[in-house]
Amino acid sequence: MAQVARSQPVYDVVIIGSGAGGGTVTKVLADLGVSVALIEAGPMLNPAKDFKEHKWPYDYPHRGAEEDGASYFGRGRGFGWFTAAQGDWTLEGEPYTTAPGSSFRWFRSRVVGGRTNHYGRISLRFADYDLKSYTRDGIGTDWPITYDELSPYYDKAEAFIGVTGSKEGIRSAPDGVFQRCPPPRVHEKLIQKAATKVGVPCIPGRLAVITQKTNGRPACHYCGECGRGCVTASNYSSSQVQIFPALKTGRVTLITNAMAREILVDDQGKAKAVSYIDKATRTERQIKCRTVVVAASACETARLLMNSKSSKYPNGIGNGSGQLGRNLVDSTGFSMGAHIPALEGLPRYDSDGMGGGHVYMPWWLWDKKLDFPRGYHIEVGGGYGMPGVGSFSGIANRVEGYGDSLKKTIYDSYGTNVGLSGRGEMVPNPDTYCEIDPNVVDKYGIPVLRFHYKWTEYELKQVDHMEQTFTEILEAMGGKIRKPETPIPAEKKISTGGEIIHEVGVARMGDDPKKSYLNKYCQSHEVKNLFVADGASFVSNPDKNPTLTICALAWRTSDYLAEELKKRNV
Amino acid sequence: MSETRRETLIKIASAVSLANLAQPALSQTQAEHVHQATAQAKAAGGTYKPKLLTAHEFKTLQVLSELIVPGASKGNTAEFIDYLCHNNKDLAAIYTGGLSWLDATMQKRASANFVDSKPAQQTELLDLIAYRKNEESNPELGPGIHFFRWARRMSVDGYYTSAAGIKEVGFLGNGASSKFEVKQELYDQVLRKAGFA
Repeated sequence: MAQVARSQPVYDVVIIGSGAGGGTVTKVLADLGVSVALIEAGPMLNPAKDFKEHKWPYDYPHRGAEEDGASYFGRGRGFGWFTAAQGDWTLEGEPYTTAPGSSFRWFRSRVVGGRTNHYGRISLRFADYDLKSYTRDGIGTDWPITYDELSPYYDKAEAFIGVTGSKEGIRSAPDGVFQRCPPPRVHEKLIQKAATKVGVPCIPGRLAVITQKTNGRPACHYCGECGRGCVTASNYSSSQVQIFPALKTGRVTLITNAMAREILVDDQGKAKAVSYIDKATRTERQIKCRTVVVAASACETARLLMNSKSSKYPNGIGNGSGQLGRNLVDSTGFSMGAHIPALEGLPRYDSDGMGGGHVYMPWWLWDKKLDFPRGYHIEVGGGYGMPGVGSFSGIANRVEGYGDSLKKTIYDSYGTNVGLSGRGEMVPNPDTYCEIDPNVVDKYGIPVLRFHYKWTEYELKQVDHMEQTFTEILEAMGGKIRKPETPIPAEKKISTGGEIIHEVGVARMGDDPKKSYLNKYCQSHEVKNLFVADGASFVSNPDKNPTLTICALAWRTSDYLAEELKKRNV
Repeated sequence: MSETRRETLIKIASAVSLANLAQPALSQTQAEHVHQATAQAKAAGGTYKPKLLTAHEFKTLQVLSELIVPGASKGNTAEFIDYLCHNNKDLAAIYTGGLSWLDATMQKRASANFVDSKPAQQTELLDLIAYRKNEESNPELGPGIHFFRWARRMSVDGYYTSAAGIKEVGFLGNGASSKFEVKQELYDQVLRKAGFA
């Protein structure tokens, strides 16, 4: 039985989810004087307690292998013991399913800030052509907005959260409001030379890390461990950069451990309340709203909307188009590494820097005719990372033996490997989508998602191209690539769907209400007081990591929503 | 059907000679180092109370991990392994079984437990079980080879996640500085080596 207090307030805006989208909406609306309630499925974040920044492995008797040695048996936490993520590839009691023949991995982090607490901080603008790819090549669908409409919001987002970079004038990688990027590490300088030699541009990294004091946040102190969370908030996380300051305005009511179950509608079909499970008591509660912004992470958003069924919306709230769950896309992923002899014998230095590449390679063949559409960018790895459990397992297992010779091999090989990772655009296809599994509910009784996933020739050929490019770059650095006797098919090389954690789509924007769920302001076509502010609105998934665009779109939606509230249109 | 003792010895002898071709025995300094560590481990037996292993098993593990990674005891490697064994039944079985195998095998070879045998006898046995290929010529070594892979992996982890190991491998980070800089000569050295300068 729902517990509804009689005197319960009606919030102007209820925001569901506190990641990049929900955090941005909370901040922007609070600044505009709007009172909001923010509900988050996980607990409050306490950086001082939760983040393992600056910890050493020997600060724990298990050294990072976890209390029961789980990492030795392949049961360790995703991203390891030290990660800031409060979530994993699996959540106890909260399953999802995959259709026969499909594989999908879904990383969920339930905590204030969501996945922004641990993510890679790569912050890339979409290019003008990314938003109009159907016009360019006849494949996929155009966005209902242009780069010029989005660009001012990229400016706002970058200026506020802080992004490193340099003015390059490359069409595939539009310049933005940048802070200075620190110089390349030694192996990154070598990668730049090698990439240039084979015709691939390699430019300063674009990371949501501040290298100068910004809005009271101190500059980066170069410990290289952004993934563990940053107690000085010198990188972007929605929790520390947007939500904590917004809470101080007094206009934000934060409700944690609240698992949204359903959006309830009134007789006119407008959203009137959000029903959620209070995890502490496992009871259902309702919160009344004038408008609702769903930003639960793309697939979680689709799940909530599909589960919000009523006589008016039998297929899920606002889903007359049947578009919910469709057009699911992740980035393509492929990685390759090599031992680089030129890095042997290098005097040790502190290579920590920012938590991510100080260089990256934007897509460079955007105006060339290739045997696949769309492109990819290349991320780099290497340097003298903090030794951890498993750091030298590979080399020890390869050289075998023991004693001083084993130690010498470990010493000599440390820091001599370089890795390249491609992240490319997947074109939406009709075989890739999520839906409600009719047979399975989670521990709160909420029906779960079932995923269907399929890469097509477009993505497979792209991954073959990555392999060829990476081989050229690594060989130009003097790396030796061991080629398999029989080529490995692209199906085996490409990442599993969802694995890159860029899953977006599933409630896309568009001008045509029959072919899209949201209008160009990320407002539901059918339910005018319902908005979406996460990656679910994406029409396509360009070869740019999605977080910065989620922030920019959420900012734009917030401005629009505030105006509509003022005009009493919603 | 079990082999006779003689057959076993012949197999081990042939495996030893093969192993010696591949890997020279420990140097004199290495051997001395191991010997010292053994003595230290025996002397220090009272300071740490193993959580799962018996005092004898723990001592054996200390000697073994020191042989695998000289200096391992400075990184409390055996303590790390014992701690995880205490919390994980599968690991506990791997280590109690493996350490017992070491003693039983050494008893057959040298009529002594592993810790009480001579350094040269210890390394002769390790030369057999430290290489996967030896299992082909002598399947009886299988359990030892399997165990040694665990012991090597975790001894390496234990040492290189300790303050001593992290210092020795030369990690200089996890600090805080107002600036990130790289000395020009480091770039120059690598670019020159790679043929770019």
